Amino acid sequence: MIEAKNVTKRYGQTVVVDDVTLQLPVGGITSIIGPNGAGKSTLLSMMSRVLPMSSGTVRVDGLDVTTTPGDVLARRLAILRQDNPLTARLTVRELVTFGRYPHSKGRPTVKDREHVEQAIRHMGLDALAERFLDELSGGQRQRAFVAMVLCQDTDYVLLDEPLNGLDLKHAVSMMKHLRHAADALQKSVVVVLHDINFASCYSNHLIAMRDGKVAFQGRPADIMRPEVLRAVYELDISIQRIDGDFIATHYR
Amino acid sequence: MSASSVPLARPERTLFVLGCVATACALVFLLVDVGGQWDFVLPFRGRKLATALLVGYAIGVSTVLFQTVTGNRVLTPAIMGFDYLYVLIQTCLLFFLGSGTVARMDPRLLFGVEVVVMVAFSGLLHWGLFGGARRSLHLLLLTGVVLGVLFRSLAQFLQRVIDPNEFIFLQDRFFASFNNPDAHLLLVAAAVTLGVSLVGLRVLGACDVLVLGREAAINLGVDHRRTAGLILVLVAILVSVSTALVGPVTFFGLLVSNLAHMLMRTYRHVLLLPAAALIGAVALVAGQVALERLFAFDASPRVIIEFVGGLVFITMLMRKTPV
Repeated sequence: MIEAKNVTKRYGQTVVVDDVTLQLPVGGITSIIGPNGAGKSTLLSMMSRVLPMSSGTVRVDGLDVTTTPGDVLARRLAILRQDNPLTARLTVRELVTFGRYPHSKGRPTVKDREHVEQAIRHMGLDALAERFLDELSGGQRQRAFVAMVLCQDTDYVLLDEPLNGLDLKHAVSMMKHLRHAADALQKSVVVVLHDINFASCYSNHLIAMRDGKVAFQGRPADIMRPEVLRAVYELDISIQRIDGDFIATHYR
Repeated sequence: MSASSVPLARPERTLFVLGCVATACALVFLLVDVGGQWDFVLPFRGRKLATALLVGYAIGVSTVLFQTVTGNRVLTPAIMGFDYLYVLIQTCLLFFLGSGTVARMDPRLLFGVEVVVMVAFSGLLHWGLFGGARRSLHLLLLTGVVLGVLFRSLAQFLQRVIDPNEFIFLQDRFFASFNNPDAHLLLVAAAVTLGVSLVGLRVLGACDVLVLGREAAINLGVDHRRTAGLILVLVAILVSVSTALVGPVTFFGLLVSNLAHMLMRTYRHVLLLPAAALIGAVALVAGQVALERLFAFDASPRVIIEFVGGLVFITMLMRKTPV
């Protein structure tokens, strides 16, 4: 389980994440939603020890992320951030193989190679495996990075806006892949999403943030209500029930 | 499935070819036109060759490592002012202690002191690079260029105000070229380089991961702060070695590291670092041969290196591709 306790991030006088205490459920997909600047990405970065926090503690399965050695955590928790600049020319397969680094320290075994192939297949990258990342479209690149993180084979997978830059088809397939990772591979997936309808349709649990705090959390049925979304987004949003899913219409 | 189905072996093959070229250059340098006095010529040329190899290694490896840690292909330790800091330290020592005192000091002790100051500077740089908010590459580049100019100007200022005799001493003493390498210093430098390389071997795998950037490296379990800090210390020591032996060369490292990346086309430092070292060595040895045989000591290879390197540097800055 990932537990955040009184987690705060300050930049000078500005408080970005304000004293958040939170327990993320084990298993399934948990989506963090909220307007720009709510502190979603910052919270995710701190929970995955990529960003040091100003105060508070985060524990992953009881291990404090600030004091636990990085390689121990790397076998339990994986994070993918929004933009991943690369200075080197890597093929998709080379990138995905990096996901095995916490297990093999740069000397992949036969079993590691199997994991790599599985992750490549899982993300539908078979045809692109030998291509260089700088020859790929933004969406293909994104899928390659997600494959790397899945290949890391951790119980917790944290993704910061994995749908960024994906077209409809690939966005749907990405969410289906994540659903599959949660259901078939028993992973706990935590995603920051901007599209609340994707969040509503694919998540087990929603966390709505606003002004650096957790404003609401619960099942999609609890969060996908006009009055709740109004408080989070300051927007009149009507909710439709379509085929069992709660769909927000907020375009007019 | 023809011969083109072995792209995996390509970097290894390039490395092998580089090794052959380097050996050939070394042999030509050692053996061509000896003319009788073998017992004098071989050790004499051997020292020169060792200096060139050591400097090529130090510059090549330090530049590639530095660029890996900073995540770009334009910045080099030399451009960030490392080399001129070394010159400044030497000039300060002479200025404040006088040539008499400095001459009586053990060159190895001097070297040690200078290395310590260099490492301290790299610590400062580490803090500036990775402490607090992320800095933009252009800000860093500017800082580096300004620091480089500052160190150089300070050193030149001190060199102007000291006694002319002391200045000559400084030039003789510290700007040894390939033509009169100091045997003691050479030995110390070789030992230091070996030590650095042994320590470096332990972080070789982590270097590959650093290519993915800070966040991804942390995600994969690399202690980024420690690894980057350690690598910057190693870089500072290697720069000290090369500057102590032949003085500052601003753009040589940039040329070597980009050539290495271009030829090898791999992110694996196991292959990349030897390639950079070999390219550096080949360039220096071949340059020395050309200097001695073709130009009869008339031209300075440094001028040519700086000219070509400067052009590459400007081209890289002008290109719109992300650096």
